[in-house]
Amino acid sequence: MEFAELIRTPRVDNVVLHRPFYPAVEGTLCLTGHHLILSSRQDNTEELWLLHSNIDAIDKRFVGPLGTIIIKCKDFRIIQLDIPGMEECLNIASSIEALSTLDSITLMYPFFYRPMFEVIEDGWHSFLPEQEFELYSCSCDEWRLSYVNKEFAVCPSYPPIVIVPKSIDDEALRKVATFRHGGRFPVLSYYHKKNGMVIMRSGQPLTGTNGRRCKEDEKLINATLRAGKRGYIIDTRSLTVAQQARAKGGGFEQEAHYPQWRRIHKSIERYHILQESLIKLVEACNDQTHNMDRWLSKLEASNWLTHIKEILTTACLAAQCIDREGASILIHGTEGTDSTLQVTSLAQIILEPRSRTIRGFEALIEREWLQAGHPFQQRCAQSAYCNSKQKWESPVFLLFLDCVWQILRQFPCSFEFNENFLIMLFEHAYASQFGTFLGNNESERCKLKLQQKTMSLWSWVNRPSELRKFTSPLFEANNLVIWPSVAPQSLHLWEGIFLRWNRSSKYLDEAYEEMVNIIEYNKELQAKVNILRRQLAELETEDGMQESP
Amino acid sequence: MEHIRTPKVENVRLVDRISSKKAALGTLYLTATHVIFVENAPDTRKETWILHSQISTIEKQATTATGCPLLIRCKNFQLLQLIIPQERDCHDVYISLIRLARPVKYEELYCFSFNPKLDKEEREQGWMLIDLSEEYKRMGLPDDYWQLSDVNRDYRASICRSSQPLSGFSARCLEDEQMLQAIRKANPGSDFIYVVDTRPKLNAMANRAAGKGYENEDNYSNIKFQFIGIENIHVMRNSLQKMLEVCELKSPSMSDFLWGLENSGWLRHIKAIMDAGIFIAKAVSEEAASVLVHCSDGWDRTAQVCSVASLLLDPHYRTLKGFMVLIEKDWISFGHKFNHRYGNLDGDPKEISPIIDQFIECVWQLMEQFPCAFEFNERFLIHIQHHIYSCQFGNFLCNSQKERQELKIQERTYSLWAHLWKNRADYMNPLFRADHSQTQGILRLPTTPCNFMYKFWSGMYNRFEKGLQPRQSVTDYLMAVKEETQQLEEELEALEERLEKIQKVQLNRTKVKSKQSEPSKHSGFSTSDNSTANTPQDYSGNMQSFLSRSPSQGDEDSALILTQDNLKSSDPDLSANSDQESGVEDLSCRSPSGGECVPSEDSGKDRDSDEAVFLTA
Repeated sequence: MEFAELIRTPRVDNVVLHRPFYPAVEGTLCLTGHHLILSSRQDNTEELWLLHSNIDAIDKRFVGPLGTIIIKCKDFRIIQLDIPGMEECLNIASSIEALSTLDSITLMYPFFYRPMFEVIEDGWHSFLPEQEFELYSCSCDEWRLSYVNKEFAVCPSYPPIVIVPKSIDDEALRKVATFRHGGRFPVLSYYHKKNGMVIMRSGQPLTGTNGRRCKEDEKLINATLRAGKRGYIIDTRSLTVAQQARAKGGGFEQEAHYPQWRRIHKSIERYHILQESLIKLVEACNDQTHNMDRWLSKLEASNWLTHIKEILTTACLAAQCIDREGASILIHGTEGTDSTLQVTSLAQIILEPRSRTIRGFEALIEREWLQAGHPFQQRCAQSAYCNSKQKWESPVFLLFLDCVWQILRQFPCSFEFNENFLIMLFEHAYASQFGTFLGNNESERCKLKLQQKTMSLWSWVNRPSELRKFTSPLFEANNLVIWPSVAPQSLHLWEGIFLRWNRSSKYLDEAYEEMVNIIEYNKELQAKVNILRRQLAELETEDGMQESP
Repeated sequence: MEHIRTPKVENVRLVDRISSKKAALGTLYLTATHVIFVENAPDTRKETWILHSQISTIEKQATTATGCPLLIRCKNFQLLQLIIPQERDCHDVYISLIRLARPVKYEELYCFSFNPKLDKEEREQGWMLIDLSEEYKRMGLPDDYWQLSDVNRDYRASICRSSQPLSGFSARCLEDEQMLQAIRKANPGSDFIYVVDTRPKLNAMANRAAGKGYENEDNYSNIKFQFIGIENIHVMRNSLQKMLEVCELKSPSMSDFLWGLENSGWLRHIKAIMDAGIFIAKAVSEEAASVLVHCSDGWDRTAQVCSVASLLLDPHYRTLKGFMVLIEKDWISFGHKFNHRYGNLDGDPKEISPIIDQFIECVWQLMEQFPCAFEFNERFLIHIQHHIYSCQFGNFLCNSQKERQELKIQERTYSLWAHLWKNRADYMNPLFRADHSQTQGILRLPTTPCNFMYKFWSGMYNRFEKGLQPRQSVTDYLMAVKEETQQLEEELEALEERLEKIQKVQLNRTKVKSKQSEPSKHSGFSTSDNSTANTPQDYSGNMQSFLSRSPSQGDEDSALILTQDNLKSSDPDLSANSDQESGVEDLSCRSPSGGECVPSEDSGKDRDSDEAVFLTA
């Protein structure tokens, strides 16, 4: 077994663990293939179990024979281990480094994890595309399921089944795929039942510098328009960036070739810009020395909230086109795997009550992120503490979750899930015992045989005992479109994520508990009253019958 | 009334500050006490009421083709932009308001004409509600050590307050030194006392040149001297001014907003006041040391700091009534100069400073940290702030207790406390429970300096822009649940009783027909349909022409009938702006009958306006 070679010292005694807001714990440190474990071997102390894959970076320090390892996690937590003995400390450090940066996906924990819980429903089959199509499009006969990508040959980052206009055959789709970045031809993302308008998404058109066009592409997207209607193309890049893309073979839809469409450019940042923003933000949150003013300038300089505002604004605009303008839209940036998905999924949160339920939100993540080919493996490989500059890391999914939290904060009673649900998803996207977020697209997941070899996150989450933790007591089904405010005064730092390890949440947790109690007591009383009413009614009829036989 | 040149102007437009495209057409009225704007729209006739005493500044802007714009800024952070068709009318309104907003005699203030239709006895009872001698009794005073001062009852340690000593460079006063010694001795638990000077050291030193200054540690035995740098009233006034400019920005970017907020320094000042309060609370509770607090005069920073410390130390002040007592004690009775600070009468603008506003914000910041610790909610704080400026009640008039007595305030005006107490159901924090751990003892703040703890309070400074506030209020939701719970408890009891009776009757085989049980009154919490509907805001600057069909606006507020002498109740949300009332309605978020929500019928039904700006360049 490969892991044994990496673990030079599997066990060290008398290690002291320091965590903010907790008393130091002394105990035995153990390294396994996937976990770092610290156990005090006393009854009441909590043990630390840390997945190696959650470790983002480590620092070592020595004072005499005492070594200190500072472990920085992908969930932004920082813990410190004091390890007696220099050699032990060095061994532990190098083992952690090796184990937290394993090359092969198949060595990751999900392939070794054996669930201790009873699987009630296999999450791998919870959200099948066919069912989702039924749910979303049963009322319309303008759309069909296409299996053109069955072997992942037309578009490697698309799932085998996609939804396309009925009037477009698979042959045309193949042609359109050659005209769109990464083969990502326009597919249905969302169908607004209220007025039949749709959100489609795709990769950028490959017009290049000489203005190449593709009749099938034009036909495809025009097929989604009702007679006499116009639609919008929301390009998530600024006009300049879109123009520059032509030099590299990309580009945007020319008005001349798409006369029924109006193009809007909204600039949403990507890749390393977002990653740097995250690094700066987390740095600011961890820096406790500065005064009030420097905190605000650091928050500002991180630009995190600016990105939130940009993304939310674009999503609101998309939703507005659909619901208020009664116009269909096509959304794309360059690849159509990042900012595009942020916008399409947030627009659905705004428009679609189902996506604000737990199950609906899971389905949304399945459809708009996993199936849609957001490269989780690349984007979430490293988090805010990693020094090595890699090209593909980017907190795209975290920004999406943050935007959802912003809307949830403004409409606290309209969501079935609570903040903990979003935090849990963030954690599992970066490090997990489940296979759900492994791989970059369906094709890779298929090759890895994740369905056979790993457990789905949804199998675990969708059990009553877990659901209870993630269900908001305030939820009251709200069938309306919810329009969030995107003014700076309305957007807040997501403390539950970014200050999670830097402040005690005791008083806030107590408040949440109090809230749950108030509502549960109410429900309890209601149930009691109903029972008594029924009893009374029964007795009274009996009474009546006895009276008049 | 002699100051009103034009009592009524028609065809005035009230501009929606956020989306300037939209404006409501209506009629503007000037009364002796209010500016009132009534919209023409026949289905709503929405009214906006502004008390003259709330007016902070009036700005006449350059006349345009559409008319003459008039910008009214209020002390409760409302901002009104009116466009008056005729320049002459605008000028008349402007001149009238300038005079009306700056009364020269106390008798001109609203509280002398405000009549809530209570009889004399009720008015007197209102003034009796908060009684300070009761409060000192509660604190366990006077006792063997204290005659009259301010003490925390769990400890012998105390918080005392004074103004700066007139020490200059060398003067000393034996009696003062002896008094400090006496304070120290009154607390057998500690052999020193803290003397906290809340000014920055530089300011205190500068004061020495004027024969004032601070205590010389050599002359006083066993004192520990501590400066806590809270800036003076002028710095605070400018800071608020700068922050309000940021709030007024038309479509700020995130950077504009955060930079502006930082440059205003407002949150830094809030933190300084909090730090001082925390320092004192810790000295009293952890070191069991007494503290003497002063600044220059002892009625601004000292009041802020002592009342923050009191809130941290004593749970009584975190109750509805206790908070009234705290303001009565630390602010009203100790001579905080309300008239000067809040500009009730025309006076020196350099005396105006948002000192109590800052204290109120400190309380809100604490409420954010300790959601279960306070019996009252955010609305309570907002309404108190409103009434400090409204002059609708007599409590905050004048600069000292002496002046208030001379004016016979209690005989001629009504008390705010009675009014708030009467409506206390609106001000309750549903998370407050008398036996909850957060309501016991001292509020302990983290020792590590957490700057991110202090947040911008949009519920106060942008409170008239509903669009910026959360659209559903957890507080209102929980209050509705609790109210229903109470009804259920009563019903449960009644049902049990009846059941028992019937069973007994059946047991006795007597046939008594009992009444059919009443159908439950319970049917969801809020009656406002469509309660969470709102309209999209302006998400794109460059699409105005294309996204032309902006959803038409219709407000569901029932029309309020305007008669000049039928002045509204004292609820600031009502009297200041009837629109705000719907804002409160809006927040009640339970949908009718258990979630059977009516789907939005769009345009015609939207009650909310496009307020926030979504514009990005």
